[in-house]
Amino acid sequence: MANHGLALRHQFDDVAQQKEASTFGMWLFLATEVLFFGGMFLCYTIYRRWYPVAFGMGSNHLSLMLGAVSTAVLICSSYFMACSVNSAATGKKNALVGYLAMTIVLAIAFLAIEMSEWHMLYSEGLMPGFNFTYHEMDPRHVQLFFGLYFSMTGLHASHVTIGIILLTVMAVRAYRGAFTPDYHTPIEVSGLYWHFVDLVWIFLFPLYYLIARHLQ
Amino acid sequence: MITAIAPTRDNYLTHEYGIKSWLFTQDHKRIALLYLGAISFFFFLGGVFATIIRLELLTPPGDLVSAQTYNKLFSLHGIFMIFLFMIPSIPATLGNFLVPMMIGCKDLAFPKLNLLSWYIFMAGGALVMYAMLVGGVDTGWTFYTPFSTSYANTYVILTATGIFITGFSSILTGLNFIVTIHRMRAPGLTWFRLPLFIWSMYATSVIQVLGTPVIAVTLLLVAVERGFHIGIFDPNLGGDPVLFQHLFWFYSHPAVYIMVLPGMGVISEVISVYSRKKVFGYKFVAFSSVAIAVLSFLVWGHHMFVSSQSVYASLVFSFLSFLVAVPSAIKVFNWTATLYKGSISYDTPMLYAFGFIGLFTIGGLTGTFLATLGFDVHVTDTYFVVAHFHYIMVGGTMMAYLGGLHYWWPKITGRMYPEGWAKLSALVVFLGFNLTFFPQFIMGYLGMPRRYHAYPPEFQIYHVLSTAGASVLAVGYVIPAIYFIWSMRYGKFAPDNPWGATGLEWQTTSPPPPENFEITPVVGYDAYDYSILEEMKVG
Repeated sequence: MANHGLALRHQFDDVAQQKEASTFGMWLFLATEVLFFGGMFLCYTIYRRWYPVAFGMGSNHLSLMLGAVSTAVLICSSYFMACSVNSAATGKKNALVGYLAMTIVLAIAFLAIEMSEWHMLYSEGLMPGFNFTYHEMDPRHVQLFFGLYFSMTGLHASHVTIGIILLTVMAVRAYRGAFTPDYHTPIEVSGLYWHFVDLVWIFLFPLYYLIARHLQ
Repeated sequence: MITAIAPTRDNYLTHEYGIKSWLFTQDHKRIALLYLGAISFFFFLGGVFATIIRLELLTPPGDLVSAQTYNKLFSLHGIFMIFLFMIPSIPATLGNFLVPMMIGCKDLAFPKLNLLSWYIFMAGGALVMYAMLVGGVDTGWTFYTPFSTSYANTYVILTATGIFITGFSSILTGLNFIVTIHRMRAPGLTWFRLPLFIWSMYATSVIQVLGTPVIAVTLLLVAVERGFHIGIFDPNLGGDPVLFQHLFWFYSHPAVYIMVLPGMGVISEVISVYSRKKVFGYKFVAFSSVAIAVLSFLVWGHHMFVSSQSVYASLVFSFLSFLVAVPSAIKVFNWTATLYKGSISYDTPMLYAFGFIGLFTIGGLTGTFLATLGFDVHVTDTYFVVAHFHYIMVGGTMMAYLGGLHYWWPKITGRMYPEGWAKLSALVVFLGFNLTFFPQFIMGYLGMPRRYHAYPPEFQIYHVLSTAGASVLAVGYVIPAIYFIWSMRYGKFAPDNPWGATGLEWQTTSPPPPENFEITPVVGYDAYDYSILEEMKVG
């Protein structure tokens, strides 16, 4: 029980209570995140319903290839995250650090792919507020589509960035041996967050990349 | 009567000294006091804006300040009072101090997060202050689009970012409370033995956690639209301004209950202890808090009866708004039933509680007027609406906040406040409040629009009455500010349980030790069971 004393904070009675509190806290935080993204998903839903053609035209300017690859990359990172939690629970320190590193590398790869997509759209003149020069059918609502696209993927990318920072901190702590099979709640809780970030993308990908394939 | 002596035991105020021991504290009680200082300052600023507004309205022409300045004044009054004072008022001060003590634990579940919440709040507040100093904002606290996104020439992005940041403080405080109440209750303290203040804080926290992110993302979109012209809310750019109103009120209506539910919790505690009776219908009062939290998310459309919202939506929202009256009335009736045949004493917190019940009833009943479609069209954007929500916010929450501050002051500081001055100021607040806001119902009904800096002469009599009342109200707020500060040094030492209350917070010393209790309490009785006090004496 000696190492419990180090990890147990003074306000808790025992380790089990501390673990329950942390996990519950993260689930609640994810509930606020659902509502946070929810506002934007609502905007998307309403305007998609009102301007389906403009949204389809906008969607056709996105690269299905880049979208699909980044989705695959993010799903793989979630897999490695799950492996990290498992390694932490079974006390395999080296595996834990390795899997966390893989998760981080894939997260960075995801951001790199997304930035190249953004750069591509920018060079096509499709970035509202910077150089929006689209003059085909219904430019106002195509602009609305790209405004929402950049807002939502931007918000998601900021969450990925926070995740990278969080997981880096966890990897350093894991490398220093902070976690044991009895105490690895921070890894579990970070895992919950990371899976959530992944899940948001699972919704964003079809809503932006797959909606108008039949129009081509 | 136990005579109180100077506390010699270690307590949270004397445990450590120095500015660092406050700025880096993780003690929920000290963080509560940090919030108290900050929100008192913001309340003072909001009050200054209100004073200038009332002075301007003393005469019909707009002679004291220009129309543009007036717009900034009422915007800043709303922003400071709502986002920087009312929302954190009871939860962040009394809630922070009391939630762990009432449930018998050493601290909140996440003390570092609690301190972080304060810093986030201060960062947001500082940004709003900065926006105010460089030029302010003139959109009203509601930031309606497309004015806020495309036409206003003031510091909308800065102010919205400030509010966006304070929102996270609210979310994290709510999250901390929910986890603490679920996981850290003392042995034997079941859900139905919890003080009703805890139930109301729980319901409040649920709204904070689920509602606040929506206003955050909405203000983010306003800032993005203003900065990059992406056109989500501006019809010229392809968007829809009514969508903004839906998103804004989806949070801002529940926010009314973030502001008033904690007040209801305070009143339940106060009414019970000063009538020496269990709260009548405990479970109904507890569940009415939860019911209000749930209903709060289903009624936002009643702010939009005159927008282009569909008539059928308005009908449904009108009906659902009437439903809110049910749990609200349950509370008022049960408080009254608690008083019935109680052994009532008229201490200062009880005077505030009486004020709350009366004024909340008026505010609530005029709320049902406003939920009526036909009547609402007549008085939309008039002083009738202004009077209605000030009866709830100032007549309700502010009364409860002051009552709660008096009630728990002996526990927080270890000193008593001067009872005579306190009773006097409670009376002054009540009279000043009614004189300020009752005339506004009348002038609103007669057609005086809100947010105008000049008006036709026939409304002057009501504005004069209102301004006179505001002066009285200001006196009623200044007196407690003076004697509270005075009492911290010169007040009589408080006994551990000056009111003979049963809550766990009264079973420890005044002020409490750093970890609240010498030994973790075990609870074997219901809340407000005053017979246990006799047993304790015998024991």
